[in-house]
Amino acid sequence: MTEQKERELYFWLRLIREFEDRISTLDKQGKIQGGVYSGKGQEAVVVGVCHELRPDDWIFPLHRDLGAFLVKGADPNRLMAQIFGRRDGFSKGKDSFLHGGDFSNCIFGATSMLGSTLPVAAGTAYKFKIRREDRVAIAFFGEGASSRGDVHEAMNFAGIYKLPVVFLCENNFYAYSTPNELQFAVEDVSDRAVGYGFKGDVCSGNDLHSVMKAARKAIERARAGEGPTFLECKTYRYHGHSEHDRATYRSQEELITWESRDPVERWEVYLQKRKYDIAAIREEVGGKVKKIVDDAVAFAEASPVPEGPEAMEDLYATPITEG
Amino acid sequence: MAVMTLIQAINAALAGEMERNPAVVLLGEDIGKHGGVFRATEGLWERFGPERVMDTPLAEAGILGMAIGMALNGLRPVAEIQFADFIYPAFDQIVSELAKFRYRSAGQFPAPVVIRAPSGGGIKGGLYHSQSPEAYFVHTAGLTVVMPSTPADGKGLLVSAMRSPDPVIFLEPKALYRTAKGEVPEGEYDVPLGKAHTVREGTDVSVITYGAMVPVAEGAAAEAEKEGVSVEITDLRTLWPLDVEAVDRSVQKTGRAVVLHEAPRTCGFGAELATLVQERSFLHLKAPVSRVTGFDTPFPYAMEKIYLPDVRRTLDAVRGVLTF
Ligand SMILES: Cc1ncc(C[n+]2csc(CCOP(=O)(O)OP(=O)(O)O)c2C)c(N)n1
Repeated sequence: MTEQKERELYFWLRLIREFEDRISTLDKQGKIQGGVYSGKGQEAVVVGVCHELRPDDWIFPLHRDLGAFLVKGADPNRLMAQIFGRRDGFSKGKDSFLHGGDFSNCIFGATSMLGSTLPVAAGTAYKFKIRREDRVAIAFFGEGASSRGDVHEAMNFAGIYKLPVVFLCENNFYAYSTPNELQFAVEDVSDRAVGYGFKGDVCSGNDLHSVMKAARKAIERARAGEGPTFLECKTYRYHGHSEHDRATYRSQEELITWESRDPVERWEVYLQKRKYDIAAIREEVGGKVKKIVDDAVAFAEASPVPEGPEAMEDLYATPITEG
Repeated sequence: MAVMTLIQAINAALAGEMERNPAVVLLGEDIGKHGGVFRATEGLWERFGPERVMDTPLAEAGILGMAIGMALNGLRPVAEIQFADFIYPAFDQIVSELAKFRYRSAGQFPAPVVIRAPSGGGIKGGLYHSQSPEAYFVHTAGLTVVMPSTPADGKGLLVSAMRSPDPVIFLEPKALYRTAKGEVPEGEYDVPLGKAHTVREGTDVSVITYGAMVPVAEGAAAEAEKEGVSVEITDLRTLWPLDVEAVDRSVQKTGRAVVLHEAPRTCGFGAELATLVQERSFLHLKAPVSRVTGFDTPFPYAMEKIYLPDVRRTLDAVRGVLTF
């Protein structure tokens, strides 16, 4: 890996961390209405996967994959406006948090209907296949969502048609309060891949190297026409399910154990091993990401609040006028 | 009588009936150890154990199918759908299976499942945490559809639902979970299904409503009173089977009707109410029936305040039917 790439990856990890932390603070200040789902602790997954993609590959992020939007190229200002529910957000205030999507950067909007995006990702991959386009689709989902029937149906389709899709499971051990042993009877949910006729793989979601290696393999397989992969990244969310969940269902020790495997710090340790001046890098990147997030907040706060007529827009290609 | 919130009353209904009837079993996402995301089942897992309070996988179709299987074999399952918005993955099990078992088996297989789901807007939840799906289920013959607006009704109607021989969709207005407070009879207490409640007597205009719109109607009635207008409010409580006589009585007294709900307008339950009123009370009417509803759009996140019917819009409709 080149030094430039190593530094770039660090920048993304830090930018996401800064963004996530700021949103949590803004939420506490009452500036964001509705649910905020922090992906803090899971940054290496989205960076490791999205950094391996080309601009015309599609991603289907889950509800806490704010970082995937950023790495895939979404404008931080518009992303913040989206989270504020403002006119300049991707959905112009019609829906919350990551639900807008950003068509120009090939980012599908997350939905609350967990698991529902997987068949959509498979359909996208089908189009790539029959049009002989050298593109892949990445469908992110939680281990909780893996229990939905739609997920099974998507994988079955993808297996039959050997579609260029990666089913990327962020296994963070809890679906809201529900621990994995009440979600499925196996250790690795990616074991299911066998039943659909494609490969399953597991990696450490807190280790950027491990994610990149596994993601690259899966993406190359898709590009080579060898079909889908079920890639499971084991990781952990530091915050509750949403910002108002105090996460009393898990132990403090468990959280501390996972914090000791922090993906951002791990990358710093790696950079240090490479003999870079980590103190200087940390400061430089810290200043840069803070400015980006400051600017994004200023942009979002200045963006107009939707006043009502927007609610009626974008329902049909030609608006229906009432009789 | 104890003063409770709606959510406490729901919890009391579940606890009481589980105590009395060992066939009652709860299932849903995060309802066990965690006590439910709105805390409706708090303490029940500890009290009745994991066999009777099941934490399910994230799988609504599975939850409903499981509940049906339990019900066909003598249990009394109460399924919680975390938000009414997430009921759609289970729609097929509800509409194609649950609602039709008794009918297609000529009465052999009743499936008395209760489905509890927090419904409606008012918590800034956006498109997927605010919907009011009642019309889909009223449209499906074979289902009973209930929506309480007070803690006492929350308890009494839920107890009746758990004793009903037929499947019940029990929609809980989440905006009222903690804001609706009131006296709730202690011990065994039920409110019959299919009976509306006159919240306020009046002589000039009938407002027919349910759920979280009942307090809105009360606010509008208080304002109208200042203008010398007497509003009668009927809280339907059970949407289906409908207490149509209660609607007849009120409308035939006042001659003017406003139907009020937060779900979208077109083919909303208000459309059915308006039709019934004109069919049954045509010669009593002094003005066309007026509808106050949400918009014919998905639930618009940042425009929730504009979307949800409020006192002002209701009052406008009341004035409208008076000045027709
Ligand atoms: C179909 C559906 N059912 C229920 C919910 C409510 N809900 C929101 S997040 C969540 C847990 C999700 O867990 P997982 O899929 O593992 O993703 P994570 O939040 O852990 O990242 C639940 C039950 C939902 N959003 N969609």
